[in-house]
Amino acid sequence: MPAALTFEGVGKVFADGTDALAGLDFHLDHGTFTAVVGPSGGGKSTLLRLAAGLLAPTAGQVIRTLATPGPGAIGYVFQDPTLMPWADVRANVRLPLKLTRMPRREADARVKDALALVGLDAFAGRYPLQLSGGMRMRVAIARALVTEPSLLLLDEPFAALDEITRFRLNDELLRLWQLRRCTVLFVTHSVGEAVYLAERILVLSPRPGRIVTDIAVALPQPRSAALRTSRPFEDLSAAVSRALVEAIQA
Amino acid sequence: MRRLAGLRRALPAALVALALLAGWEAWVRIEAVPTYVLPAPSVIAQTLWQDRADLAAAWLVTMRITLMALLAAAALGTLIAVGLAQSRLLARAFYPYLVALQVTPIVAIAPLIIIWVDSLWAALLICAWIVAFFPIVANTTLGLASADTGLKDLFRLYGASRWQTLMHLQAPTALPYFLAGLRISTGLALIGAVVAEFVAGTGGSASGLAYRILEAGYRLQIPRLFAALLLLSLTGIALHGLMTALSRRLLRHWHASAVAGER
Repeated sequence: MPAALTFEGVGKVFADGTDALAGLDFHLDHGTFTAVVGPSGGGKSTLLRLAAGLLAPTAGQVIRTLATPGPGAIGYVFQDPTLMPWADVRANVRLPLKLTRMPRREADARVKDALALVGLDAFAGRYPLQLSGGMRMRVAIARALVTEPSLLLLDEPFAALDEITRFRLNDELLRLWQLRRCTVLFVTHSVGEAVYLAERILVLSPRPGRIVTDIAVALPQPRSAALRTSRPFEDLSAAVSRALVEAIQA
Repeated sequence: MRRLAGLRRALPAALVALALLAGWEAWVRIEAVPTYVLPAPSVIAQTLWQDRADLAAAWLVTMRITLMALLAAAALGTLIAVGLAQSRLLARAFYPYLVALQVTPIVAIAPLIIIWVDSLWAALLICAWIVAFFPIVANTTLGLASADTGLKDLFRLYGASRWQTLMHLQAPTALPYFLAGLRISTGLALIGAVVAEFVAGTGGSASGLAYRILEAGYRLQIPRLFAALLLLSLTGIALHGLMTALSRRLLRHWHASAVAGER
């Protein structure tokens, strides 16, 4: 079976001359959880937008081999929750199904499942303005999962949250991934978060971004809070941090 | 509780009105100002009651033109805005002419329109529309172009059609802008209707409040002039209040302008 997502010599130069990414070569196997760590402004978001097909590369090619191609095969969680403020939680989660014209009955059931999955059943009728930051992010995750995507892309989704909420959502994300087994690409600037979540970490250099290190995270699943203070976790975090610092200095 | 709070909010303005009216009445009586210069509030109120049949008929004529013009401004204005939002070329080609139509004083074009259009009623409607439509076009165009970039990406990701993007993303984003425009246009539609009537200056059956004001002025029926004027401003205030209430109602769950008190 070919990889879920393959980058072949992918480069991206924007119209204004910004050289965001250069010579990206990697592939993601089906059902794996990969994190991309890199400095701010290092083209991490560009990488995700290329993976989603929202941007076209200026060099090389991006190949997606997804179980269910077509719209809805990719879930995307942005840095901000990016919810429609005029729609309640239920309508926000339903949006992808509406846009892909799923019959109402089936959509209702999917929305209900997705809300239950992130523990928001009781808040279906609330509006985004009435929710906390963490709950809004949960809605965004439910929305990304409602189409049952085979590829889930997350762009620093928890960066704006407090640490306690962030830890809790990390655990929830892992639980959802265990449940759904989709291919996950998670972009973050937090080394600890990457090590805690991922099976594999790609370290991105500053602009033009390229992958400088590819680290396998051999920590047991499922992961739990105790892991954060364990020796292997600290060693791995140190290794990733070192790679990041070297990438920035090079 | 909420009704009580509403009363308390209206209290300062009501007190000012009361003080002004009392002062006015007292001054007119003490100085014995002739009625044809400045009638006392009590005289104006009396005239308003005496001439109620005449004034109500005139009020209906003006209201009809105002509301029709406002409706047309909302419908055509939104249509024009959607058209402009569809293509930059279209916007670049037509926007300057919309601006030109807006900045040309209506008193200068009204005579032409009245000559060109056979039906006087239609001519008045067109004049009021020209005055009223622009805020809706300008605001709605801005609103349609203000969709969140992240949401735009999301719509693209799920292969949304142009129609879906318009209906489910651009239109809701534009709603608060549209409503703000509508509020401005409401006042302008009334002003447009009155100005057009002034220019037309016609009598007969289709004469609205503006004509009653002109007529009363010519005949030195100053209390009647004031009564008509009062009716006009009360109408304007009521329409504005109505639009504000509509705006709050439509935006109450999600827009900062409408939920500020709830949190």
